[in-house]
Order: sequence, then C-alpha cells, then structure tokens
Amino acid sequence: MNPDNLRYTASHEWVRVDGETGTIGITDHAQKELGEIVYLELPEIGHVFNAEDEFGTVESVKAVSELFTPVSGEVVEINKAAVGEPGIVNDDPYGDGWLIKVKLSTDEEISKLMTADQYTEYLKAEEK
Amino acid sequence: MSVQFEEKAPATSEDRLRPERWHEPLVFERSGKGKVGYSLPPLDVPPALAIPESLRRAEIEGETEVAEIEVARHFTRLSRMNFSIDQAMYPLGSCTMKHNPRTNEEVARLPGFAAAHPFAPEEVSQGTLELAWMLEQALIELTGLSRVTLQPSAGAQGELTGILIVRAALAKSGNPRKVVLIPDSAHGTNPASAHFAGYKVQELKSNARGTLDLHVLEAAMTEDVAALMLTVPNTLGIFENQILEIARIVHAKGGYLYCDGANFNSFVGVAKPGKMGIDVIHMNLHKTFSTPHGGGGPGSGPVAVAERLVPFLPRPTVEKRRDGTFTLDYDRPDSIGRLRTFLGNYGMFVRALAYIAAYGNRIGEVARNAVLNANYIRAGLTGVYHLKYDAPSMHEVVFSDKKQAERGVHGGDIGKRLMDFGFHPPTISFPLIVHGALMIEPTETEAKASLDAFIAAMRQIAREAEEDPDIVLKAPHTTPVRRVDEVAAARNLVLRWRPEG
Amino acid sequence: MKFLPVSEAERAEMLRAIGAPSVDALFASIPASVREEPKLPAPLSEIEIRRMMGGLSARNANAASTAFFLGAGLYNHYVSAIADQMLYRAEWLTSYTPYQPEVSQGTLQSIFEYQTHICLLTGLDVGNASLYEGASALVEALLMAERLVKGRRRAVVSQGIHPEYRETVRTYFSNLGLEVIEVPLSSKGTTDSAALEAAADETTFAVAVQSPNFLGLVEDWNAGSRVAKAKGALSIAVVAEAASLGLLASPGSGGADIACGEAQSLGVPLNNGGPLLGFLACRAEHQRQIPGRLVGETHDAEGRRAFCLTLATREQHIRREKATSNICTNQALMALAANIHMSLLGKKGLREVALQCHAKAEYLKGRIAGLPGFRIPYPGPTFNEFAVDAPEPAAPMLARLAARGILAGVPLSRFGMGEKNRFLVAVTEMNTREEMDRLVAALGEGR
Repeated sequence: MNPDNLRYTASHEWVRVDGETGTIGITDHAQKELGEIVYLELPEIGHVFNAEDEFGTVESVKAVSELFTPVSGEVVEINKAAVGEPGIVNDDPYGDGWLIKVKLSTDEEISKLMTADQYTEYLKAEEK
Repeated sequence: MSVQFEEKAPATSEDRLRPERWHEPLVFERSGKGKVGYSLPPLDVPPALAIPESLRRAEIEGETEVAEIEVARHFTRLSRMNFSIDQAMYPLGSCTMKHNPRTNEEVARLPGFAAAHPFAPEEVSQGTLELAWMLEQALIELTGLSRVTLQPSAGAQGELTGILIVRAALAKSGNPRKVVLIPDSAHGTNPASAHFAGYKVQELKSNARGTLDLHVLEAAMTEDVAALMLTVPNTLGIFENQILEIARIVHAKGGYLYCDGANFNSFVGVAKPGKMGIDVIHMNLHKTFSTPHGGGGPGSGPVAVAERLVPFLPRPTVEKRRDGTFTLDYDRPDSIGRLRTFLGNYGMFVRALAYIAAYGNRIGEVARNAVLNANYIRAGLTGVYHLKYDAPSMHEVVFSDKKQAERGVHGGDIGKRLMDFGFHPPTISFPLIVHGALMIEPTETEAKASLDAFIAAMRQIAREAEEDPDIVLKAPHTTPVRRVDEVAAARNLVLRWRPEG
Repeated sequence: MKFLPVSEAERAEMLRAIGAPSVDALFASIPASVREEPKLPAPLSEIEIRRMMGGLSARNANAASTAFFLGAGLYNHYVSAIADQMLYRAEWLTSYTPYQPEVSQGTLQSIFEYQTHICLLTGLDVGNASLYEGASALVEALLMAERLVKGRRRAVVSQGIHPEYRETVRTYFSNLGLEVIEVPLSSKGTTDSAALEAAADETTFAVAVQSPNFLGLVEDWNAGSRVAKAKGALSIAVVAEAASLGLLASPGSGGADIACGEAQSLGVPLNNGGPLLGFLACRAEHQRQIPGRLVGETHDAEGRRAFCLTLATREQHIRREKATSNICTNQALMALAANIHMSLLGKKGLREVALQCHAKAEYLKGRIAGLPGFRIPYPGPTFNEFAVDAPEPAAPMLARLAARGILAGVPLSRFGMGEKNRFLVAVTEMNTREEMDRLVAALGEGR
C-alpha cells in the first residue's frame, strides 16, 4: 500500500524523484495518525532547505506535527489545492495530497532513504 | 476483593438530568430597531462634547437592540445547555470539579470587597489588606513554606512566577542556568511556562511505576539545571514516594525543586510541601480551595516559596506593621516585578479564605475523602478498563481505552457516551504517556450513590463496546446538540457574527 | 462537615471494596516525615464566616459607601442586576472550560457572542475568548506581534500606557531576549510622535500606544499606526477604559493591527482589582497567531448550528513549550458578564454611557479648574479621567478626603508619573452632580 516508486523517512514523509525534481508528501500512516487534517503551513517558493530541515507543519484538530524534508533542495512549487482544502491529504496522501516540490541539490541523498518494503517493516517495528 | 460491584443497570431516563435542547439564536439576531435593555438617569450636568470629531466614532453598527426580558431569557436558555457540577458528577481529571459553596459567592460580593478599589488610601482599606494577609498566613501554614504571593491570575501564571523567582535567585548568585527538567507526564503549561521564563526544557522519561526515575534524574541533574518542575502527586494521580530523595538530588547540584500544586487537593492538610524539600509551589485556588470554575476562569494561582526565595517575590507584598495595621510594600529591590495589574484576582481570595475557614483545622478531610472516592472508582472499574500504571492512586485514577479500542471504541467515544448517562466525561487523552487516557477525578464532594452510578455507567459502556459499539460511536444521543464537527470549525473558521450587508 | 456527603457506614463499605484497612492506609506513599496536621482554627459555620467577612468588608471605603472618583485602569460603572444575578446560575458558575461541546453550548455560544462584541467595539476582525486582564493582554499582544514580524527583537511602547502594564511587560520580557523601548510623553501629556518615530527602526516588531492614555488624554491611533507601518512593524492599540469605545474612534479605524487591554468597565465590578477581563483582537490575516482560547461556529451531526473551541493546536496542551502562550484559562465568567452587559446596553447604551461619562467629567474638570490653587496641567481632550495639580501634596490630601467619605482620586506620584501634588480623577455615569459638587467644596476648603 506504500507505493514502491517512493522513498520514505522515519518521520513519515515520502519523496518521489522525477529527474531533478523531488515531490514530497506525508505517508498514509502519518495522515491516519493525525486524523482529519485542517491546516497546512508550507514554505515560500524559492526557500532552500537541507535534508531533515523542518519545512512546515500539518495540523489536525487535536495534533500538530512538524514536517521534515527528506532531501535538500529549493522549493519550486507548493500544493495550493491542498492548502485550500487540506482534506485532500487525508484522501490521497500519495497523489493529489502531495505538499511541495523541490529542485534537488544532489542525487546522493535518495539512496539513504527507506524503500517501501523497509518503511513497512519500520512501521511494524514501531507498532511494538 | 471482598465486595463485588453489582452489574446493576445505570439510572433510568427519569432520574437522569440532562442539558436541554433547543435552538437559541445569537443575541445579535434578536435585535429590533429601537428596543433598549438599560436605563440611565437623565444627564444632571450640561451636555458637553470636548473631543474632536476625528477622534470619535458613530453608533456601533451591528450592536444589539434588545429588551431586558429577551436578554434574561437568552442567557437562561443558553445556561441550560451547559453541564455543571450542581447538576451531577463532573469527573474531569486534573480540573477538580467539586462543590462550590454559595456562602463564598455571597461574601465575595460584600461591597467592602466587590466595590473596593486597590488604589484607595491604605487607611481606609485595612479590611482588604488584612484579608489578603490572612489568606497568605493560611497558605503558609498549609504549605509549610515562608511567604506567599497572591498576585498570579491563574495556575499557568503561577508557574511562570515561580520559575521567574528561581531564575532571579540563581541570577543573583551569579548564574541563572539554562535548563528546566520536566517529567513527560507533566501538564503542557509546565514546558510553556519554563520556555517563557527563558529556559530550555528537558523532558524526563517516567519509570514503569509512572513516577520519576531517580537514575534518569541523577543523569540529567547537572549544574546547568535551574529547577525540576514536578507535579505532586503527578498527573497519573501517583504520589512521588521518593520525593525526599528527589529533593536531595536537585539540591545537591544547587537547583530548586518546583512543585506544580495543581493536585494539592490530594494532600492538603495531611502533608506539607515545605517538609518535602519543595522550594516553590503554585496552587490553584479554583481547584484545591474551590473557587468556582465559571466556564473556564477566573482562576487564581498563589505561589508559596521557601525563605531564601522571599526577596524575589512579585511586588507588592502585604506587610503587617507592629501596631497591627497593614500596608503594601513596593520597595523590594530584588523582586521579579509584577505579573499583572493590582493585587491579583482578589475576589477569589475572599472565596478561598471563606472555604479554608469553613474547614479550619479539619481541612485534611478534603484530601482524605478525595482519595477515598478516587480509589473506590478505581476498585469499581479495575479489570473493566485497562490500568497502565497500577501504583496507588491519590485523588484521581487514569485508565485507558486499550481494551475498548480493540473494538474501535476510543476514549473520546466513551466520554461522549457518558453524557447519555448524565455524567460529564473524564479528561480524555491526557496525560500523554497513557495512550487513550481516561483521567477520572471524582473529588471529595461526591456521595457514594453518585460514584456507584458512575461506575455502573462506565461498566455498561464497556459492555456496549463489546456488544453494540455503534451506540457508543454515535453518542451522545441525548444532549442539546449531537456530536459537534470540530474539523469543520477548524477548516472553515467562523469566529464571529457579522451584521448583514 | 456539610460539604462531605459520605456517611460513616458508606465509608466503611467503600474501604472494604477498595480492600484498604483505613483511609490513612491510602496515603502510604507519602513519607511519614512530611505529614503534619495544620495549625488552623476550628471550622467556622456559615454564620461565623458571614460575620468574619462582614467585619473585614466594613473596614473598606468603597464605591458603594463614598463619593467615588478612583480610576487609573479600574472604573466604577453601572452593571445591571441581571448581569450579576445570571452569574449565580449553577450552569455558568459551576461548569468548566467547554472541552466537550455537546454539553457546553451555553458557554460556547456566549463566548462566540462576546468575541463578536469585542470585534464590533474594536473595529477588528477576530477577538479571542478573553485573557486574564489588561497588563497580560498587552504582553500577549506584543508576543503575538513578535511572532508575526519574525526576526525582530524590539518593541516601542508609549509611556502613556498604564505603568503597571509596562512593569508587567518588563517582567515578562526580561528573559526572552526582547527589548522594550519606552517613549516618554510630551509636555502636553500625550505620546510624542516624533520621539515615537525616532525610537522605531527596522528592528522594531511593534509600536504600542494607549488611548485614553494613563493621564486620561485621548490619543490618535493613527500616530502609532503610521510609525508602525513605516517600519514594517505592527501597531498595537491599548485600551484601559473600555467604556471609551462607545464614543472614541475604534482601534481598527485608526489603523491598529492588534487591540488589547482591559474590558472590566463593560460589566465587571471593581472587585478590588480582580477578577478583571483582558481582551485581545486582531485582523483576520493574523488570526492564527492570536493567543488564548477561541470559539468557532460549526454544526453538529444533524446539521444544526453549534459552537466549539477551535485552533486548539496553538495552545500549550498540544504544543507544550512551542505554544503561543502559557495561558490555560480565560476569564469565561467575566466574559459572560461583559456579554450580558454589552447586549443590554447595545448600540444606544454603549454610546450614552460614554457620553454621560464624558459630560460629567467635563463638568468636574471645569469646576476644579476654577478652584484657587488647583490647576489642570494638560489642556488636551480627555474622555472621563484627567490629571489635577493640587496646591499641596496629593497623597495626604486624598487620605484626608477619604476620611470624610470622598475617594477623590489616585496620586500620580505612586507611579512615578508626576509631581507629588498631581493626581488623577475619574468620573463615570455613576457619579452625580451632587457628589461632584461635594468634592469641589471639600477641595476648596483646603486643610
């Protein structure tokens, strides 16, 4: 259920690489834990992050969670539709519910992230 | 266990009291041009308007035009959609929802208090000053500490005051230090208050008993640590039985032991914080000393301190002169300053002193009965609800929804279903170290009959979670409104009414 | 003990159910060495408590027993009998924070209405559910501005702001690495625009001005707003006498980004200085940084209008040390009193009260100005409070008048804000011409 073409972080973000662009979102597990999302705070276009920097927050009624970027890069697009209607992130976390796109600074970080299988294992371990 | 709890059915609908249900428009929606709800005497001086037009406004568009009877009915009807202590048991853990004696309301409204002004000359304000002094003396006796400031407006401001006092004392001796230690079971105001006092917060993991782990404390307690903020008993309702050892460890490194006294009601009149090695404690007059909660305030958060912290108390202090008269002392060079205007929530001082006077030297009965009641509920629900930490309970007991969650029924749902049985829900989802927490605090002012009814309702809900979870998941069924959509409120913020057009 | 409803037999039964030999056994986790019975007097009955409190109360000169002209941030206004009697209702008095909206619609709807009144009064978009009182409301407003104007460390505040508010700000700011620059008043007693402009720069996150200021003088909100805008800071309007908002230009119309202060004048008794009612309002664009509780409109599962607490993620029980504020409670009961009071006064009454306060104050100011040896030091427009220079030190003179049943004013020397002969006189719709004439006669008699 966690798509194979994505890479994952221990803080429950995912990234999909298409050439120089990385698309970033939160995982299905993360959206379930948060519950219905009511607000997204995302960075300005042009902001440059290092991997593992906090790039925003996601809020439900009862919880708030910081978002950490899996990869370094410059923000080139934010998902305005999700900001306007945060429920999209609950409904389709790996598709229409993506959060930001970055221009990757390096392609060396991707391999350090978890694959779908590793992330699934990680979730199982975390549950215990 | 020698006594079995009967599986008797919860109260029938006839003897359940419930809030009422109707649609009440906003007061603004009752307006009609030309109606008024007040009367003033005719102006007995010449009319005058000596303010330039550019600094004035017109009548406020959208403000109400309603008659007195409409206002009376509006607020009476609204009130009847509220749950209250006077209606039934309100076991909201950590909030101490106990009976509010009405004598206290009456005496707080005496004109010498309610119509007094703190800037009236001291010569004609001796009664207000003496009352503040009497309350301070009572709190000194109950805490076993040296002095008390009554100034903080509520518990959270008391916390900030206490930590600022610690900071001032440490700064005076050369180094304010950098860190405040706080157990992971603490209320969220603790880290927030430490942060606003300029400290970095370091969280301490609780041990398997649910209390502070001395090894963890010892490792964290360096000379960078200004204070340990400890809730006693903690938010699980468990007393830190190693309190003396904890104090020793903190003091050995030159730190201060701060006690969040939100739960002072569980040992007031039985034991003294000052004897435990506690250097600072804030108390919530609306919890331990039963000033009314009023729908969410006003509170009042006096802070008691040990002798070496007295110079740093907020200004002013109330002093008794040799001739027996009272005065305010503003000349306190080491004071942290002031946290608010005037003397504090004075009306709450009157109520709290009346409450303490009513119990006098028997005030320990408050703690004894609160602890008895909590343990009775614990006995009645153990086995039915999961108890993560089984160390002895003081004034409250924290179960969890672990068993019911297997059927998809969570703490929030159990709370909502309790409303159908005529009870306010317990505190849900706190403390954070118990997943799905149900924090139950009956207080000393509940009779055995109401505890029994509560236990029966909780047991019934546990059965429903097994047999018919839907009835719990869709609860409440009998309240003025059905489950309220908090997600919609947060996604589409409507925070006020607006006049049309 | 009349507050404890458990009988001896029941207690024994409960102990059996618990499996404990005695109530004392339940306290076994408390070390014996820290246990001690309190040395307090024997319990008092209701009659004795009334007697004790009656005795203490009788020794305080107050607004009900004197000709009363005290203000300085705390004012004696009309409160309808309904407002106070409604507060006795158990459903308001003995409920708590409306965490559970299904059984708290009364409190929630009332707060929503209160928020609306505050918005209408201040001319701003969003008001919170109330704060402790005026001084901490200013602290919260400044901290809010600091969060909104990121990276700046300096606040510029006029010395026309209540001195106890400023002292509170200094206490709160002392350890946060933030700087407060206080701008002195001009010789006219009002905020000096040039000095304000000179004090503000690109490191300033907020500019705060009070009107009517502590000396009673009406200020122009635009003066502060212009300086704030020019420097990219937020402007904060402080109101310590909320009855003035029935007559004076609203903070919103004067360009303020945040309005805050004390709303005690709107339905809360003097209470010897507390409980009071702090308020805070802001523009919609800043609403996510507003501190304190907020009530929002929504609907229930059957689609009916309902209310609930919202934006709770800003608060400490979720954000802990990252919260917008450490405040937990609001002043719900006082906000209820204010909602009732404002609803009763409404459009006409809010204005009429303000007009009466002002006209009466003008009358008294004129009469005192005509007394030999007395002087009104600042000529600018005032709302309902003004400074007076006496021909002798104010504090002993005011104590002398107090002994004659006139609480004539507050000496400014106690705040370090003027000569020892200077004092503040406040007038409200509660004062009669006869009282004012009595005050004038007493002042005229001298020693």
